[in-house]
Amino acid sequence: MTTTSPPQPGADLQPARPSWPDATGHFGIFGGRFVPEALIAALDQLTEAYEAMRTDPAFLEEFARLQRDYTGRPSPITEVPKFARHAGGARVLLKREDLNHTGSHKINNVLGQALLTKRIGKTRVIAETGAGQHGVATATAAALMGLSCTVYMGEEDTRRQALNVARMRLLGAEVIPVTTGSRTLKDAINEAFRDWVTNVETTNYVFGTVAGPHPFPEMVRDFQRVIGDEARAQVLEREGRLPDAVLACVGGGSNAIGIFTAFVPDEGVRLIGLEAGGDGLETGRHAATITGGTPGVLHGARSYLLQDDNGQTIESHSISAGLDYPGVGPEHSYLHDIGRAEYRAITDAEAMEAFALLCRTEGIIPAIESAHALAGALKVGEELGPDALLLVNLSGRGDKDVETASRWFGLGDREDVDPGPGLDTEQQPTEGAVAAGDAVAGQEAGETA
Amino acid sequence: MSSKLADRIAAAKAEGRAALIAYLPVGYPTVEGSIAAMVAAVEGGADIVEVGVPYSDPGMDGPVIQQAVDVAVRAGVGMRDALRAVEAVAAAGAVPVVMSYWNPIERYGVERFAGDLAAAGGAGAITPDLIPDEAGAWLAAAERADLDRVFLVAPSSTDARLVSTTAACRGFVYAASTMGVTGTRATVSDAAEKLVARTRAAAPDLAVCVGLGVSNGDQAAEVAAFADGVIVGSAFVRCVLDAEDEAAGAAATRRLAGELAAGVRRHESAPA
Repeated sequence: MTTTSPPQPGADLQPARPSWPDATGHFGIFGGRFVPEALIAALDQLTEAYEAMRTDPAFLEEFARLQRDYTGRPSPITEVPKFARHAGGARVLLKREDLNHTGSHKINNVLGQALLTKRIGKTRVIAETGAGQHGVATATAAALMGLSCTVYMGEEDTRRQALNVARMRLLGAEVIPVTTGSRTLKDAINEAFRDWVTNVETTNYVFGTVAGPHPFPEMVRDFQRVIGDEARAQVLEREGRLPDAVLACVGGGSNAIGIFTAFVPDEGVRLIGLEAGGDGLETGRHAATITGGTPGVLHGARSYLLQDDNGQTIESHSISAGLDYPGVGPEHSYLHDIGRAEYRAITDAEAMEAFALLCRTEGIIPAIESAHALAGALKVGEELGPDALLLVNLSGRGDKDVETASRWFGLGDREDVDPGPGLDTEQQPTEGAVAAGDAVAGQEAGETA
Repeated sequence: MSSKLADRIAAAKAEGRAALIAYLPVGYPTVEGSIAAMVAAVEGGADIVEVGVPYSDPGMDGPVIQQAVDVAVRAGVGMRDALRAVEAVAAAGAVPVVMSYWNPIERYGVERFAGDLAAAGGAGAITPDLIPDEAGAWLAAAERADLDRVFLVAPSSTDARLVSTTAACRGFVYAASTMGVTGTRATVSDAAEKLVARTRAAAPDLAVCVGLGVSNGDQAAEVAAFADGVIVGSAFVRCVLDAEDEAAGAAATRRLAGELAAGVRRHESAPA
């Protein structure tokens, strides 16, 4: 087992850095650079600048200061015993990335890339966004550092995440709804790449996840690994032991890589990624890329992806805009193939059940993305039993999802509807309440609060 | 072991002119309609036809090509249709070369693609999102099947990359004249001539063809003055998009090819 020093965000971007990727960005057969030649110079420039920056004391000090004073790191660990009662009695610890400034883990990466943008002398940043969290984080960092900012967002997502569109515009960013293809995250990435290849002289692409061409998967991992570095030390300090399993939702996979990386050398710790199962894998309407996909090339890297026999990307489906992506980071593809991490699918219904449960039992409204990890904890806890210690990355908060959740639970339609399980043991499952709520409320009968 | 693309470009050069290369995507408006348009481009004077394989995420293409390709993707058009178009172009007397983003080729199977493309009479493939650094499997398969492989260079390419990229090419090198996506432009960028000169310095024996932004006879003449080949894409696609029916699309394609073919001949020099 390796040891980790106490949390010092940004003090060193790579304590025990994994031996992957190789110098050209390959994680086994995955990763690499599948982009037009026109972008290679910019990617080389980014790679070189990042390599110089990540060991530069002045940068590290500035990055650490921002993480502490602006983001509010380190984020706390919260134990959620009442939620855990539904997880086979296993103990559940949440890593509270939802408490970061801007409301998710996305700010960790964006501050690093915004500093890098200034270092290479560019004045404009572009970003893609699905749920809007990365867009909000990028708009925030751009406002802070005086960069102009354009965010590409699928038109479909601008509708389901209208709050975040307003936040980005308040922060001074231009939000461009993307109307091509499936009008979601994948198409926003295509448009951002088209912008970048046209404006690369002045513009840096602040990529939001651990996907895309080298160096993005490696660089974003390094900026996000603070989550796991902190959490590992925090769990060791309070429990005197490592968790049995670390769980995180996986869309592109940045919050999962962020919390996994510190634990990769700890062979006894299971790493479990929860993908968006949408309506269920058997329906074909899902975003479970590793669980239900095959290796191929999308958005600049080889990874698992959802594709048809012609190599066309299949449109993904998820209630969660942030997980609604038919690709996944190459490092997750690699961790899957070498057997170091396992990936499972959580359906919309399972995620919303866990969403409601955390709201009512612990007073925490999670992002629907993070609710997939919570749903995974409910299952894994049942499998591992009462002595198990689970660490779950609560990657974001659910303010942006209130409208989606209200619609899911039918809260707008009538008064006094039970949106799901609560602590009140007197409460009976309401006729017509959501199926998810019924299932959990049933288990709760006879328990005392 | 000879390159069909290099031979055709050399033949044009022997006439004292640049070669005309037309791009059209398979499957817009239909597979048959797209093949008819490709044949019309050959009848109008195209020396080489880039047979575009539809792809769901064409990151290097502007709105015109996206619009056409989206229809083909939704109709389920794939590599088999592209190979049929390759046969038709060869039968019409031009040199067919496949233009495809990498994933459709990888999904079809690199070896299988190379074998089937050679059997269909194709010269090789242009791969806009595959750089030689990632092309090991393709280079090996192309070598075995005696196919051309065309990679791209851009104004942002360093001299070192011009050397390494052109060294991996056979047939010609595709000089992307501007930093940006495909689409017609009012003027041909100054960067094009400079890029061609830098590329020639890196690879004196390789033909350099220029694409991105050429849409009419005047621009073709301008580019033909300094490049070995003139590549026209979006303007051809526009002919098909704007046409009332497939016959009108083919007729417009034939007319444009004729105008461009005249353009590349405008400043005919003494045969090289």
